[in-house]
Amino acid sequence: MSNGNHRVFLLEGVRKMGASAIFLMQLLAQIIPAFARPRLIVAQIYNSGARSLIIIMLAGLFVGMVLGLQGYELLRRFGSEEALGSAAAIGLLKELGPVVTALLFAGRAGTALTSEIGLMRATDQLVAMEIMAVDPLRYVAAPRFIGGVVAMPLLAGIFSLIGLFGAQLVGVQFMGVDKGAFWSQMQGAVGNRDITEGIVKSLVFGVACSLIAVNEGYHAEPTAAGVGLATTRTVVASSVLTLLLDYVLTAAFL
Amino acid sequence: MINPESAQPTSPAPAEDVVVAVRDVHYAVDGRPIFKGVDINVRRGRITAIMGPSGTGKTTLLKLITAQIQADRGQVLVFGQDLAKLGVSETYAVRKRMGMLFQNGALLTDLSVFENVAFPVREHTDLPEPLIRMLVLTKLEAVGLRGAAELMPAELSGGMARRVALARAVVMDPELLIYDEPFVGLDPISLGVILRLIKQMNVALGITSIVVSHDVKELASIADDSYLLSDGRVAAAGSPQELMKSHSEAVRQFMTGGADGPVRFHYPACDYTTQLLSAEDCE
Repeated sequence: MSNGNHRVFLLEGVRKMGASAIFLMQLLAQIIPAFARPRLIVAQIYNSGARSLIIIMLAGLFVGMVLGLQGYELLRRFGSEEALGSAAAIGLLKELGPVVTALLFAGRAGTALTSEIGLMRATDQLVAMEIMAVDPLRYVAAPRFIGGVVAMPLLAGIFSLIGLFGAQLVGVQFMGVDKGAFWSQMQGAVGNRDITEGIVKSLVFGVACSLIAVNEGYHAEPTAAGVGLATTRTVVASSVLTLLLDYVLTAAFL
Repeated sequence: MINPESAQPTSPAPAEDVVVAVRDVHYAVDGRPIFKGVDINVRRGRITAIMGPSGTGKTTLLKLITAQIQADRGQVLVFGQDLAKLGVSETYAVRKRMGMLFQNGALLTDLSVFENVAFPVREHTDLPEPLIRMLVLTKLEAVGLRGAAELMPAELSGGMARRVALARAVVMDPELLIYDEPFVGLDPISLGVILRLIKQMNVALGITSIVVSHDVKELASIADDSYLLSDGRVAAAGSPQELMKSHSEAVRQFMTGGADGPVRFHYPACDYTTQLLSAEDCE
């Protein structure tokens, strides 16, 4: 890539970041007015949250089971299988819960948000609202953004709980780790700071993934290819940003 | 190609009688000029037709009038207000006084027919539910779709969707109603119904109407004034009957649907035979 191309690429990146920041500001300005229609927000929490429950619960169960199996195998080498409960809990609450939930959210709810809003753009529904003097940012974008931000920590919490059940199932029921030791070690090792870290991470991921999904849909080119491209960008950008933010937040909480 | 004399309005309208005034508007997209000085007056209580071949910027003109885009040069005045000088809330205030019928209806797909028509009322008024119900049913009855109130937009035909969109456009009793290609893809019955409704809205409610279309015959039957756009300018203005009698070749070609004339049917290309016989595409 030549210097000129580098510059264009860099400028385009900066322009997109600037445009996203402006969109976030416009969106935030519509957050409070959007609460005038609580029904729309509840509907979006249902769309982003409740409709993602099955995939989140299934993924949580299997991730927890794998964690139980791998954790048991590793801890057994050091003769500390009883620590499986604390290892699984800390791993799920601080890392796997928020991160895997965010990645799944981007793939399920994020793509649904982008394609829905993109199709509304392509079929002139957003323009029609503007002509009817209704701000689509307030009516369409803000409730979906709030719905995503509220749903993410709830989904991450459910993911972690089901994951713990999966780890306990494998560790205690299948591998024979002492049940009392599993739960008491967990209780002793997990502190408020760990739970706070998990909540903060899932909230930040919720803001990032919902913003990307809504922004991509809202600014999608109004064609079939444009909506498809925006949906792909949502998954890629949300996944990369989630992992990047995870590193930053983990470092901040150390 | 353009006959400047025929592009003048037949009779100048007093300022207070003009609902929409487009003054010397220039507009370009990516350096390609769409308008090169367009002047249009839409008079109160009349049906004004904006005609022109495909790609002459008819829909772009509607975007300018509804403040979706801004002119590069010139003025667009709606209800006497210069749209370029309005803030967001003032623009919305102007839009509350207008309704628009989109080419594809643009119904909100997650709302039923009833809720689509009720949408602007719920957003802009605090009317009690029984009154909203009555208002919506009245408008749906006017477009013959009271029985379809509970259907979802996906269950409607193209013509029905456009009638619902028309009911939604008039539910707030706008002063100005804009129709973007209202006749495209309609069967003869739906076409007749839409034509009748446009005329009825104008006569019964006194709504000023702008109809953008290239269906000359249909427009001629309802329009009071008409403008023909061509090559980025107003090629002719007057009543549809006056346009029919125009001596301008471009106007006559459009009004009679002639393939040969100043307006080219073919997009500019190299010689047909040369391209067919050549292995490579010509420049």
